[in-house]
Amino acid sequence: MRFIVNGASMEAQVDLRTSLLDLLRDHLGLTGSKKGCNQGACGACTVLVDGTRINSCLALAVQYQNREIVTVEGLAEGAALHPLQAAFVEHDGFQCGYCTPGQLCSAIGMADEIARGVPSIVTADLSAETIPLDHDELRERMSGNLCRCGAYNGIVAAIAETFAKEPA
Amino acid sequence: MTPFTYARATGPADAIRMGQGDGAKYLGGGTNLVDLMRETIEHPATLVDVTGLSTAIEPLDGGGLRIGAAASNTSLAAHPQVREAYPVLARAILAGASGQIRNMATVGGNILQRTRCTYFYDDAARCNKRAPGAGCDAIDGFNRIHAILGASPACVATHPSDMCVALAALDATVRLDGPEGARELPLAALHRLPGARPDVETELRPGELIVAVDLPALPFAARSTYRKVRDRASYAFALVSVAAALDLEGNIVRDVRLALGGVAHKPWRAEAAEAALRGKPATAENFRAAAEAELSAAVGLRDNAFKIELARRTIVAVLGELAEVQA
Repeated sequence: MRFIVNGASMEAQVDLRTSLLDLLRDHLGLTGSKKGCNQGACGACTVLVDGTRINSCLALAVQYQNREIVTVEGLAEGAALHPLQAAFVEHDGFQCGYCTPGQLCSAIGMADEIARGVPSIVTADLSAETIPLDHDELRERMSGNLCRCGAYNGIVAAIAETFAKEPA
Repeated sequence: MTPFTYARATGPADAIRMGQGDGAKYLGGGTNLVDLMRETIEHPATLVDVTGLSTAIEPLDGGGLRIGAAASNTSLAAHPQVREAYPVLARAILAGASGQIRNMATVGGNILQRTRCTYFYDDAARCNKRAPGAGCDAIDGFNRIHAILGASPACVATHPSDMCVALAALDATVRLDGPEGARELPLAALHRLPGARPDVETELRPGELIVAVDLPALPFAARSTYRKVRDRASYAFALVSVAAALDLEGNIVRDVRLALGGVAHKPWRAEAAEAALRGKPATAENFRAAAEAELSAAVGLRDNAFKIELARRTIVAVLGELAEVQA
């Protein structure tokens, strides 16, 4: 099977039962994406596929051949952190760091969704063409990523600084 | 996880050809099926990947909308015509799961997702869905999340979908294709009540595939909404949910659509409540009477009797909200 991960084409022969997460971690050596619950509840495994965030633990790798997969390893440009990564450092958006790769990929996908005008359950006006990334929107849209250290205030601050026009 | 073979379908005919035979299952986004396979509750011999089928969301001649079964939950909720003409559907979808899961999950897969009854997931427990005839540990167990309407001595599980509750309220039709040809079923008639065979969850025939969902034109659904009551504010299944659309002429209910989630083995179209409301003034008293009519047959178990009053109050609140909007 052929996969495109962080811009590089990679070949791997894997059992059909292999999840995208296990493919990344165990076969391609990309251990940034984390296995928390392995059932879609925690978001630690979040990666981007063709720019869209998904839970890689619930994805069978075979379904994601020849798609553009981006993991936390693909966010920085060489030694230069992605602005969101720098903001996580600045705002203490983590303690143990285990959920961080998923938080980062999820927030990037989330910012793209809101820029495309995808509403959320807290969006009051479904007909609005632009939706502000305010405090309630940000927290609702990031509810698929848990942080058991409880670093949510720092996480929200980092995402807001990077993607919101107004402080969330 | 039990080994399986995998094939990616290029179109409905291809999928149906590969989907024949014992042990074949259609695979959408995998958000439920992969999890159930990992828990060895599902063990298909063959997975037929149908994510390559139609994702189109297109207007129907004469009004309405056709939704390709492979459309993602996110794309359906974000579709401009859904947001404008069927806000109850957009809100129901957005009330469910997380952003990541809505991106993966397909419309067909959402309809065919299985219950989140904890005893169904626990292979040390008795479950008539997993092992027909084994018994049910939920009936006398921790059953706070279980059904209050339409349950049976064999099963008290609920259907977990939010989207389907809105589809039931909107009189959606499911377009099927299969070895015996194409046919249609109303969404509200697709899922079964548990009866003596809770393992048979839908009216689908062997090898049948959901190809699309049709929404009829329903102009008053522009004034519709969905309210979900759950244990936390986001990313939790419904204890009770209400999908409703209200058509008022002055203060008189000309027409109404009402469906409940989290209360039964299927999305529960509240026809008794609808009948009680048509032609009546849109008052809190009449909303309450309609809710009473619908819930009169409800039965509480040890832990879930609170849902009966919760459902009544949520119906009254949602109808009240829609009446305000329209006034």
